[in-house]
Amino acid sequence: MNIPFYDILFYVFAALIVSSAAVMVFSRNVIYSAVGLLFAFFGVAAIYVLLGADFVAVAQILIYVGGILVLLIFGVMLSQKVTSVDIKNGAVQIVPAILVVGGVLFILIRVLLSTPWGAASGRNIQDVDLTAAVEPTTQQIGRLLMTEYLIPFEIVSVLLLGALIGAAFIARKDA
Amino acid sequence: MSLTVGLHHFLVLSAILFSLGLYAVVTKRNAVTVLMGVELILNAANLNFIAFGRFLDTDLDGQIFSVFVIVTAAAAAAVALAIVLNLYERIKTVNLDEADSLAG
Repeated sequence: MNIPFYDILFYVFAALIVSSAAVMVFSRNVIYSAVGLLFAFFGVAAIYVLLGADFVAVAQILIYVGGILVLLIFGVMLSQKVTSVDIKNGAVQIVPAILVVGGVLFILIRVLLSTPWGAASGRNIQDVDLTAAVEPTTQQIGRLLMTEYLIPFEIVSVLLLGALIGAAFIARKDA
Repeated sequence: MSLTVGLHHFLVLSAILFSLGLYAVVTKRNAVTVLMGVELILNAANLNFIAFGRFLDTDLDGQIFSVFVIVTAAAAAAVALAIVLNLYERIKTVNLDEADSLAG
């Protein structure tokens, strides 16, 4: 009997993602929420690796963990009294929210499991061998960004530049 | 749904991640935590892009789109945090329920 390493890895990282996202959501301390989010981002990066998306996995760690999460923690530190117990993170309307979100999750999973994925493109999702070796994707992504996706790439670059200048301007004290 | 990992497993994981993010967005009172919920939702969307790209497609369109989503999320986080800092500057709180000066 061969041990299904791929499946074991998937379940380990899925458990890591769900539990740390739950810590992020249900913790009452904003800093604990940020740490939970950190582990959730790492777990999602690992799932990207399992799906053969090496470039996106590294981009996920660099940008989410190295950029966005640091930014979020800066936001926490700058916007509340860290030394006091005021760094609270309470929730409101918990019961209706659980009902609605639970309903959404139930419907989503029902739809996901009953839809014949791949029927439209004539592909059978059972044929995909996840454990097969995949090509490195970086070169092909770079080529696509410079050819087929050149216009969206330039637009998103300008969007990022504008957003960062705007953010720096809004955050100035004498703006 | 079998125990061997297939497309459904990734989709269900993404749905759970989305639901947790949605719960944070609708219940949390702290603006920064609401932003964290938005990031969880964007991660769930990215996971779907890449899973569908792996299972239903031969080229890398899904991964390209997830790169665009990551960039847009970074821009959104920067602007939202600038707004949160300004909010704190003006009304000394980041509690979204108290930021109601536009309410009639």
